[in-house]
Amino acid sequence: MNAREEVLRRVRAARPAEQVVVPRDYEVAREPDDLVELLVDRLVDYKATVHRCTGDGLAGTLAEVLAGTERIVVPSGVPQEWLSAYQGDVMRDEPRPLAVADLDAPGIAVVTGCAVVVAETGTLILDAGPDQGRRALTLVPDHHICVVHNGQIVAGVPQALRRLADPTRPLTLVSGPSATSDIELNRVEGVHGPRRLDVVIVDR
Amino acid sequence: MTGTGNIVARKAFPAAAKEKLTDTQLRANLRRATHTIRDKRLRVVGEVPDWEALRVAGAAIKDDVLSRLPELLERFEAAATAAGAVVHWARDAAEAAALVTDLVQATGTTEVVKIKSMATQEIGLNEELEAAGIAAVETDLAELIVQLAGDTPSHILVPAIHYNRSQIRDIFTRNGLSALTDDPPALAEAARRHLRAKFLSAKVAISGANFAVAESGTLVVVESEGNGRMCLTLPETLISVVGIEKLVPTFRDLEVFLQLLPRSSTGERMNPYTSLWTGVTPGDGPRTVHIVLVDNGRTDTLADEVGRQALRCIRCSACLNVCPVYERVGGHAYGSVYPGPIGAILSPQMSGEGANSTLPYASTLCGACYDACPVRINIPEVLVHLRQTGPHPAAERAAMRALSWTMRSRRRYAAALRAARRGAAPVRWATGGKVRRLPWPMSAWTAARDAPLPPKQTFREWWARERA
Repeated sequence: MNAREEVLRRVRAARPAEQVVVPRDYEVAREPDDLVELLVDRLVDYKATVHRCTGDGLAGTLAEVLAGTERIVVPSGVPQEWLSAYQGDVMRDEPRPLAVADLDAPGIAVVTGCAVVVAETGTLILDAGPDQGRRALTLVPDHHICVVHNGQIVAGVPQALRRLADPTRPLTLVSGPSATSDIELNRVEGVHGPRRLDVVIVDR
Repeated sequence: MTGTGNIVARKAFPAAAKEKLTDTQLRANLRRATHTIRDKRLRVVGEVPDWEALRVAGAAIKDDVLSRLPELLERFEAAATAAGAVVHWARDAAEAAALVTDLVQATGTTEVVKIKSMATQEIGLNEELEAAGIAAVETDLAELIVQLAGDTPSHILVPAIHYNRSQIRDIFTRNGLSALTDDPPALAEAARRHLRAKFLSAKVAISGANFAVAESGTLVVVESEGNGRMCLTLPETLISVVGIEKLVPTFRDLEVFLQLLPRSSTGERMNPYTSLWTGVTPGDGPRTVHIVLVDNGRTDTLADEVGRQALRCIRCSACLNVCPVYERVGGHAYGSVYPGPIGAILSPQMSGEGANSTLPYASTLCGACYDACPVRINIPEVLVHLRQTGPHPAAERAAMRALSWTMRSRRRYAAALRAARRGAAPVRWATGGKVRRLPWPMSAWTAARDAPLPPKQTFREWWARERA
C-alpha cells in the first residue's frame, strides 16, 4: 500500500461518524459610523502613514509623498494620471518584467492600487489585479505607496473576502509595514518587507 | 500513537521541569513575555463583539473537517493538482523528511530558505537536510535566533521566547551578525541584512501552511516579518509541508480563522502579512510547487473520541501564554516541538514513545487554556481523559483498588477515617500539623507537595454531637 492509500485508509477508519452542522452566528456585515475614520485610526495604530485627497488631488498628493524618491516602480495597470505630477523616473513592470535587482535598488518605491480594504483591522488586500501586479513588486522595494478609493473600504474581514473576484489568484493581506514580535513579544516595525507603508485614501 | 520525530519527550516531565525551575533568568524572561502578550490578546479580543460566535463557528468548522477528512483530502489533492501543484503523502516524520530531501536534491541546490513551520520542526527536516549536505536557513527572526544558538524552539509562535534582548545580541555577535545595540529594532535590522542576499538568490523555499482550502487547493501562510512572502514569492521551487488536519472546507471558512488566529496569537487585529496561493501562477512566484501531506500520528489522535478535538488546533499558542505551568518551566521541559497545554495533549496522542505519557500531568487543570483557545479545545477534559487511560504504576493501581473497596461501604469508610485520625494524632503533635516527607513508596507523593493530615473530627461526627 502506498503512503496515499495508507493515510486515507487510516483516516477513513478513525474519523467520527456524526455529521457536523456549523453555526454561523457571527456578524458578516457591520456598519460603523465612519468607515474611513476607523480605517485611518487602525492604519496609524500599525505605523502606516495616511494621506487623504480627492480624485482630482491624487496626482498632487502622490507627488508630495514621493518627493525625494528618484525612481519608482509600478505595475502595468497603474493609470498614467496618478503619476502626472511626479518628476522622477517611472519603471513599469512591462512589457518585460523587472529584475529583482531593480526592485531591490536603494531608495526605490512602489506605487499600487489594491482590491479591497478592511477598516477594522487596517488591512489592504492585494489580489494581483492590473494596478497591483505580481507579488514581488510590493515586497522587495523598501517603500510601498498604496492608493485606496473609499468605495473599496469595508468594515470587517468577512465582507472583504466575499468581495474578491477570484480567490485563487495570489492574494496578499497587508496590515502595516513589516513587523516582528519575536523579541520579548514586543512589536517592532521593519524587517524584510517594505519598512515604510504610505496609504493614500481617495475620497469621492 | 505511531507518530515519530521531534514530538517525543526524552525525559519525564517532572524531572525536566525540576531542572528548568532552577533557571531564574528563564523564568524572568518567560514571565515578562507571556504577560505582555496576555494583556494585548485580551485587549484585541475585547474589541470583537461576536468573539464567542466566531469561536463556536471555528470549532465546528474544524469538527466538520475531521468528520469529512477523507473526502476533503481527496478534493484538496484534486484542486491543487489541477492548479499546477504536485501533491505528495507521508505516513510519518521519517517518510516526510526523506521525501522533502529528495525533492530538494532533485533541484541540485545545496541551500534552502525556510519559513517558520511547526510541521517541518515536527518531522526533523533540518536535521535530515543537513545529513544530506543541504543547508536549511531559517528566516523567521525567532527561528533564526534558535538556529544560530544551536538550540531548539521553546514556543509555538515565538521559538526564542526564552531569550531576552541582550542574550539575543550575544548570540548574533557570536555568529558574525553585528547589531549596534540590544534594542529590538537594531536586532531586527541585523537579521534583515544577514538574510537579504539569501532571499534574493535562493532557488528553493520550504514552508508549512496555516490553512489549506479543500475546494480550491489554496494554501495560506500567516506571518509578520515578510520573510514568508520572500520565500513564497522569489525562489523557483516551493515545497510546503502540511499536516492533514490543516484543511478547511471552503474559502469562506477563512473569514472565521483570519479573525481568530491573529488576535489569539500575537494579540494583533491582523498580522502584517498573510499570503494565499493556489498551485502555480504563471509570471508570479514559484514555477514548481510541491505539497507534502503528513499524517505522523494525526490519524491515531483522530481515532480517540475525546482526544480528537486536539486536531482543531490552529497553533496560535494562546494556551501557552496563559498557562501557569508553561510560564514557570518554559517550552523545553515538555520535550516536544509542541509545548504547553496543547502539547501536553497533542504529543502523547501523536506518539506513545519516550516519556510522552508523563505530559498529561504537566498541568494544574486550572482551565485558563480552554478559555483562551480560539477553537474551544477543552484541554483540561482531554488531560484528565489521557490521565485515566494512560499507564499507571502497579503500586498506584493497588492503592486505588484498596481505596475503592474501602469507600464502597459506609461502615468501612467511617472505620478507616477513625483509624487514620487516631494514627495521625501523634504525627500532628510531632510535626505541628504538616507532613513534608513520607516514607517510600508514599515519598513519591510528598516529593512535590505536603501530605494532608485527617481533620480532628469529621463533619458527620460534628453533626452527630451538635444534634445529639
